[in-house]
Amino acid sequence: MNERVLHQVNETLYEKELDNGLKVVLLPRKEMEKTYAIFATKYGSIDQTFTPIGQDRFISVPDGIAHFLEHKLFEKEDGDVFQAFTRQGASANAYTSFSRTAYLFSCTENVRENVETLLNFVQEPYFTEETVEKEKGIIAQEIKMYDDEPNWRLFFGTIQALYAKHPVRIDIAGTVDSIQDITKDDLYTCYHTFYHPANMVLFITGPFSPESMMELIEENQNTKTFQPFDGIKRHYPDEPIEAGMEVNKIHMPVSHPKCMIGLKETPSRLTHDHLMTSRFVSSMIYDYFFSKSGEYYEQLYELGLIEDDFDLELHMERDFGFSAIGGSTPEPEKLHETLKNMLLTIARKGISEGEFDRMKKKQIGNLVRSLNSLESTANQYIYYHQNGFNYFDALPTLEKLDMVTFKQYVENWIDEKRISACYILPKNQE
Amino acid sequence: MRRIIEERKRFPYFDLHLIPTKKFKTTIITIKFLSPLSREKATKKALLPFLLQKGTKQYPTERSLRIQLDELYDAQLSIDSAKKGENFITTFRMEAVNENYLQEKGNMLEKAFDLLQEILLSPKAENGSFDEKTIQMEKRTLEQKIKSIVDQKMSYANMRLIDEMCKDEPYQVHVHGYLEDLESLNGKTVFEQYQEMIERDRMDIYVLGDIDPVQTEKLAEKYFHFRRANDYKPSEAQMVKKDSVNEIIEEQDVQQGKLHMGFRTFTTYKDSDYFALQVFNGLFGGFPHSKLFLNVREKHQLAYYASSRFESHKGLLLVFSGIAPEQYGNAKTIILKQMDDMKEGKFTDQEVEETKKLVLNQLKETLDHPYGIVEMLYHQVLAQIERSPDELLNHIRKVTKNDVEQIAEKIQLDTVYFLTNENKGEQS
Repeated sequence: MNERVLHQVNETLYEKELDNGLKVVLLPRKEMEKTYAIFATKYGSIDQTFTPIGQDRFISVPDGIAHFLEHKLFEKEDGDVFQAFTRQGASANAYTSFSRTAYLFSCTENVRENVETLLNFVQEPYFTEETVEKEKGIIAQEIKMYDDEPNWRLFFGTIQALYAKHPVRIDIAGTVDSIQDITKDDLYTCYHTFYHPANMVLFITGPFSPESMMELIEENQNTKTFQPFDGIKRHYPDEPIEAGMEVNKIHMPVSHPKCMIGLKETPSRLTHDHLMTSRFVSSMIYDYFFSKSGEYYEQLYELGLIEDDFDLELHMERDFGFSAIGGSTPEPEKLHETLKNMLLTIARKGISEGEFDRMKKKQIGNLVRSLNSLESTANQYIYYHQNGFNYFDALPTLEKLDMVTFKQYVENWIDEKRISACYILPKNQE
Repeated sequence: MRRIIEERKRFPYFDLHLIPTKKFKTTIITIKFLSPLSREKATKKALLPFLLQKGTKQYPTERSLRIQLDELYDAQLSIDSAKKGENFITTFRMEAVNENYLQEKGNMLEKAFDLLQEILLSPKAENGSFDEKTIQMEKRTLEQKIKSIVDQKMSYANMRLIDEMCKDEPYQVHVHGYLEDLESLNGKTVFEQYQEMIERDRMDIYVLGDIDPVQTEKLAEKYFHFRRANDYKPSEAQMVKKDSVNEIIEEQDVQQGKLHMGFRTFTTYKDSDYFALQVFNGLFGGFPHSKLFLNVREKHQLAYYASSRFESHKGLLLVFSGIAPEQYGNAKTIILKQMDDMKEGKFTDQEVEETKKLVLNQLKETLDHPYGIVEMLYHQVLAQIERSPDELLNHIRKVTKNDVEQIAEKIQLDTVYFLTNENKGEQS
């Protein structure tokens, strides 16, 4: 077990890769009441075309299957795992994103039992034709609920405008139609390929002893056998560098319109050498211009083009990356035009040394503050890990970032051809 | 469990609550202002949190103010309004990184106090009036916020349920204010409301983090001790009993119907059966093993979500579910059946024990969030009783099946609200 003392934040991190390939990470927090554990696979909605474990021909599976699998993993022959966690005083949950599926619980007692339950339920699938059919109704309701959410539609509408081919453009839960095609055999195929321990990471944080926790996990894993793992071949379609469409207009029953601008990253900024720095630089630039201390935010607000819900999202992973900015607006076309012009001036405008320092302080404060939350720490760790980094290198990397490097990263970041917009418009404007 | 110690100091014009803990990497300062809910004042009060973040005398624009927060390593500022029972609460929150974790040292906590004082006591105003231009801008922001509620179907349905259920009670007051009142507001009337808050609202200051209590007390005194009437007190909510159930069906262009129901519990935070109410809610609709979740969602596949929650200072229990529009009758019957089962004691001792564990787990988890701790402690101010987190947990541990049945017996259905699509008639 590798022990790493994090002097600056006064914590110690324990890491180990087990014989079966599982990466285990423990962060004891003795002052806390709760233990938070997350068990995640590098498998999300974008992983639709791949070679199943032990085979070498590519197959494609229906849209929404990773999310469907997540739902079904909770159901076992002897009942629902949620109930097992409940009986042990824990609250469990799970989520599926573009590139990851994660199972988690938090509890303040029976920590050992809950850790075992987490490992066992994720590693013992039980799918039947009957239970798969039953789930389709529940997921269809979930999809319909999201269809009524203007902000979700705006976000996905933006991604669909940016990406012409890459599966990030497909709704994580799939569609009411696509999930009808999912079978129990599809689920097993995806499961055995992507839920191999070598494709997974377990992160636990809370008031426990790291030695006995690691022992418990190893004992549990040693009782199980897995197929040999020789990596997963995933295929993503060739995505053009440019955005797919200039503007995507969606009409739905809302009282007033919304507009979001998306910027697609170039693949060269997302390689292992660049991803972490790219992310910090993008975040600092957006903060500088578009947070409430930003010059452009102030202008947009004075122009009456943005509202209280104006927001920014950065999604940067190894296979795709984009930022999205926007919210409610009385004039979607005008906000679109103005935001686009603002983005295009950024490289030319640059920022001063003093402003650079202020943006760095803001990022540092944010990183330290996020350690207050066990959930945030665990989820950030997993995001970085699945992209080939250690989260606890983020603070030193950030502190080392200098103005020269910063400028280099800003230079070719933005290009008009990689910008799209999405509008949500009231139905009567159709 | 590590105990949360609250040191409470009564000053003539405010109460100071110090919570020293090594759990967090930040220090938080929370200031709460309390006054009775009032329809007439609601819109003006709703506007204040927006206005006060738009600049101060020293930092006259939102941007210049936010730059100061950036310089304090991304100190977090938020101001918001909330309804707790029949009280209107305006909360100021400031969170700053503890400088032990920074390479730069330099009185971060005092700087945070200083900036919060500036925001609270030196707003951008002249001659008893807020800046007219800022007022017009923020009126627009609030207007949009009020108008956007109808787009968030779950919040909209909640609001409509309370509108109908508490029609003639102070509790119906919208904490975000009213469109029809917004028009007539100006810099002067809103400033008068601000002054009333500073002068008359009950004021509580919480400071939480790895703090030195003696030094922190001095800071609080230095920055927030000033002469004020301080005469508003927490109000006790009206308990209303109705003879018949009110049923409201509203149609909009929606995919999914929202079936929300309001019950009266006749129990609030200060009552001895409040602990049983917490366990009741957990078992009825608070957790994934609850009757609502298992029966409405899992067994009958009627809903994507079905849950319940209670209001601690008004005595309400609210049920929320998202259902297919044609399942209205069916879903209503099943939800009410779960309530009847609770009243008839159709649940086991084991279920009660499991639920208690979950309630305890949830409360303890709240103690891992800095603002969660403050909210938990503030219940004591609202209910005018003393009850530490430890005592609360101990009371929950003692709840029996019989206690849960007794509280179930008290609960009465008041209003059923259903938001559905226009085609409902054809499909059902």
